Amino acid sequence: MAEASENRAGPDGAGAKGVWTDQKLENIVGNLLRTGVSLSAFVVAFGAIVYLARHGREPVNYRVFRGEPSDFKSVSGIVGNAFGFHGRGIIQFGLLLLIATPVFRVAISIWGFAAERDRMYMIFTGIVLIVLLYSLLGSGSAF
Amino acid sequence: MNIFEFTILVAMGSFAAGLLGSLTGLGGGVVLVPLLTLFFKVDIRYAIGASLVSVIATSSGAAAAYVKEGFSNIRIGMFLEIATTVGALVGAFLAAVISTKALAIIFGVMLLYSAYLSRKPRPRDQRNLPPDPLATRLRMNGDFPSEEGGTRHYNVQRVPLGFSLMFGAGALSGLLGIGSGAVKVLAMDQAMMIPFKVSTTTSNFMIGVTAAASAGVYLNRGYVDPGLAMPVMLGVLAGSLIGARILVKAETKVLRLVFSIVIAVLGVQMLYKGLTGGI
Repeated sequence: MAEASENRAGPDGAGAKGVWTDQKLENIVGNLLRTGVSLSAFVVAFGAIVYLARHGREPVNYRVFRGEPSDFKSVSGIVGNAFGFHGRGIIQFGLLLLIATPVFRVAISIWGFAAERDRMYMIFTGIVLIVLLYSLLGSGSAF
Repeated sequence: MNIFEFTILVAMGSFAAGLLGSLTGLGGGVVLVPLLTLFFKVDIRYAIGASLVSVIATSSGAAAAYVKEGFSNIRIGMFLEIATTVGALVGAFLAAVISTKALAIIFGVMLLYSAYLSRKPRPRDQRNLPPDPLATRLRMNGDFPSEEGGTRHYNVQRVPLGFSLMFGAGALSGLLGIGSGAVKVLAMDQAMMIPFKVSTTTSNFMIGVTAAASAGVYLNRGYVDPGLAMPVMLGVLAGSLIGARILVKAETKVLRLVFSIVIAVLGVQMLYKGLTGGI
């Protein structure tokens, strides 16, 4: 992966060290996104099989909003529930992995900007990360 | 209808939305919520929760392919994500306090506007603009592989305007559970004068992070239902991945027209349902 980016930026990247590291960072980020999405799709599909095998013939009702049980709302509840081998719990864990993927992407970018000694963009990225972490971990207590 | 039949039907509908969305470049998210609320009679808040999750999946899947081509600008994306994520939080909190009728009306207006935008011809990229002091300080100016071969340099303009528009795009995304890629592209391409190809790929890159910022709030509030989000996410993801592989140039024009008509019709229906209280 690192070799590929080096080859591509090589011919026209003379004197453009920033471009090279940006490109390298973007490659890492690209692979991370792909892995996160594949992993979560796999977990969701697995949960779907368990869920449909057990509850497939029950009637459906999404017409009235009830909200989810607390196990499916908080990060700790979802993680704790995932290993109980219930279809819906496994699916929700897969969805949590998916929501966490962009958060990881942002966290890795901070590290990338640190490697480039770009303090300004470390701060910008840090702000984005704080907003994301607040949303995922802290927004439940706001209501 | 039992759960199995419901799951299969929703997955098929979501697959079609993802496929058309990626073939036309208009995104599948905009038709998902109307599809779920109008045809499957799902409560709009569940529909928005499921749609947001699928938006993260398609954006991350597509961005993984785009970043490697060297078009997207990671600095522009990251800086503007401050605006979109804060906007997304605001939008997600607003979604809890306004009525489902109002949500449907706003959604309808947004659909009609998207249909209009997709028909409007795009002005040509302006080249060789002078560097803007703020954009230069923020190190946003960049190069990208041009159509003529080699690289082309661009200077970013009007950063504050773009930043404000991005806040709006984020709020819309958090409120309606869509990627709001059209507004993001508009902010970069029209306001900040960033080349179209760079705008679209950077927008795609930003959509996942923006959606994640509101998805957390929806998750914590119990708007993400695993039974509904599962077929939506898997269907849209499969549709958009296949759509990205079969890009047929000649037919996308007709497809785009058909899809924008579908969007407009759904927009009218959402407006009608919102106004008459059918939601």
